[in-house]
Amino acid sequence: MAAQKPVFDVRSLLRRPEFGAFVSALFVFIFFAIFGGAEFLGPGGLSSTLNIAAELGLIALPVALVMIAGDLDLSVGSTMMASAVVMALLSGTYGLPTIVGVGGALAVGLIAGFLNGIITTKTNLPSFVVTLAVSFATSGLAFGIIRLLTGTLQADVTPEPWLKDTLGTLFFNNWEGAIGLFIIVSAIVSWILYKTKYGNWIYAIGGDVVSAKATGIPVDKVRIALFMGSGVGSALLGIVQTAMYNSAQVGAGSSFVFNSIIAVVIGGVLLTGGYGSPVGVVLGCITFATVGQGIYYTGWESDWALLFIGTLLLAAVLSNNTFRRLALGGGKKKSAKESK
Amino acid sequence: MAKSTSKPIFSLKNVTKDFAGYKALNDVSLEVYPGQVLCLLGDNGAGKSTLIKVLSGFHKPTEGTVQWEGENVEFKSPKDANDRGVATVHQFGGTFPLMSVGRSFFVGLEPTKGWGPFKRFDKKYANQVAVREMQALGITRVTDGERLIGSLSGGERQASAIARAVHFGAKVLILDEPTAALGVKEATHVLRIIMQAKHKGIAVILVTHNVSHALTVGDHFAVLIRGEKADDFKKGERTREQITDLMAGGEAMAELENELNTLTGTINQIH
Ligand SMILES: Nc1ncnc2c1ncn2[C@@H]1O[C@H](COP(=O)(O)OP(=O)(O)OP(=O)(O)O)[C@@H](O)[C@H]1O
Ligand SMILES: [Mg+2]
Repeated sequence: MAAQKPVFDVRSLLRRPEFGAFVSALFVFIFFAIFGGAEFLGPGGLSSTLNIAAELGLIALPVALVMIAGDLDLSVGSTMMASAVVMALLSGTYGLPTIVGVGGALAVGLIAGFLNGIITTKTNLPSFVVTLAVSFATSGLAFGIIRLLTGTLQADVTPEPWLKDTLGTLFFNNWEGAIGLFIIVSAIVSWILYKTKYGNWIYAIGGDVVSAKATGIPVDKVRIALFMGSGVGSALLGIVQTAMYNSAQVGAGSSFVFNSIIAVVIGGVLLTGGYGSPVGVVLGCITFATVGQGIYYTGWESDWALLFIGTLLLAAVLSNNTFRRLALGGGKKKSAKESK
Repeated sequence: MAKSTSKPIFSLKNVTKDFAGYKALNDVSLEVYPGQVLCLLGDNGAGKSTLIKVLSGFHKPTEGTVQWEGENVEFKSPKDANDRGVATVHQFGGTFPLMSVGRSFFVGLEPTKGWGPFKRFDKKYANQVAVREMQALGITRVTDGERLIGSLSGGERQASAIARAVHFGAKVLILDEPTAALGVKEATHVLRIIMQAKHKGIAVILVTHNVSHALTVGDHFAVLIRGEKADDFKKGERTREQITDLMAGGEAMAELENELNTLTGTINQIH
């Protein structure tokens, strides 16, 4: 039964959802270690890669939960931007304490997520349509409000030291505070998924929503909560960027919509939901960042990074399907002799 | 009337279910007894799944009432029905292919260990119990709770769903075509498990197209035709032919029989 398994069981290793993500992370790392040279492997290269992975991960990890439960969230970019704008307006333009701006930003994330969730569950429309609509509405609102209040499309802010010295600074000249936040968010998401009953519910909802309802899981509440989670993740990134650059701009953030989905899929989460792991998503973020930064150190045109990402994404989707088949079919051959 | 010694645990009184003007169920009354297998028969689209969705709290009846242990109830949600002891394995699944045996066994009723913020899902216990309960139903090939449900055979999957219902003390077990996609051996095994559940005193509602399967385990039968209850009888009260006839829609079959008779008639004349 749940007796010790051998440490090296190749087949069970192959069946893990993060295996593909591990392979692609290793592959791109070795590739750019060779072509990117020593600089890529130096503190400058490694830190810029990890900084990008960490920022992306703040959004991608909660988005992964949304996707494991079978939904999509296309509103993360506008939510991030809107929460940054609200923070800069409150703490900059209006001179309120930084904590008020941070609270405002988090509130924006929670509200946007709640709207996504409540509309999706009440209307039964596909979440990608609902979140796309919410995304446009949020963008429009942020544009309108900032123009009304400041007359420009940018708001400046000087965060108080408690925030500036943690999330708004580079440690040892290289490492963003976002990395710490990334580690915390990874730990929380992993805990939820593996160690709480909510994790089981998330897998069940993504696996078969009707059966999940039948077992008594409050499906709508869980889905709404997950959208609120990705809203908070987006707001966290908005806070980080505002703290880093001392300003918020409208128009920022749209790249995170697809980048988060790409990182999640490269991380081994099935587009159909029901399967995936936070470890995989962390590796997916690192893979994504490695390609973006690695290209820079090779001296090649950065256009090639897009080709790289596109190919990796396709390979990931294909291999996710293969690994899924392997996971589903591979169980039978496994002998039972190590149990009991 | 079924066994006079026991009262129905669950019954429908004149239930109608209207989908935007289309009556998927029309004035259906039905009684379910503990320790008996009720077979729900009928052609595709007859309303079988709709009926069990009313019983399991997915649909509210448009008209009529549901009674639980003799009292009127209105299930607000599937969870509501579940809490009373109605366990349902829905058609096309009812299990989670990409979840482990242990995890899926406890979906919605997860065992935890620890306390406060450290309360966590007890995976080891979940795996052990799931495997033990499946073994108790004769599924001896499943020994590892970490295996994915999708790697089990169809019969093993049904067994895991039934084992779950039995473990959590279901009083009524509803199975929507559990043997539909199974080979002979697997189907036989599932039928045997249904008998085991019945002998534990559970009321089983079995939806099936297969008359042989129904006759093997059924104590009580109800036939639906286009949303209406066409017949309701106990074991031994109808022949296999009569049941097959009814299931195919009664009159349509009679017409076909007439046609066939004229055909065979001509053939007989030739000979
Ligand atoms: N949610 C719904 N909305 C509208 N019509 C529905 C709905 N559910 C079922 N129906 C209709 O009600 C009728 C009965 O469907 P039901 O699924 O109960 O049939 P069934 O007896 O289970 O058939 P099968 O043997 O094919 O599973 C069908 O004509 C179906 O199209
Ligand atoms: Mg049906």
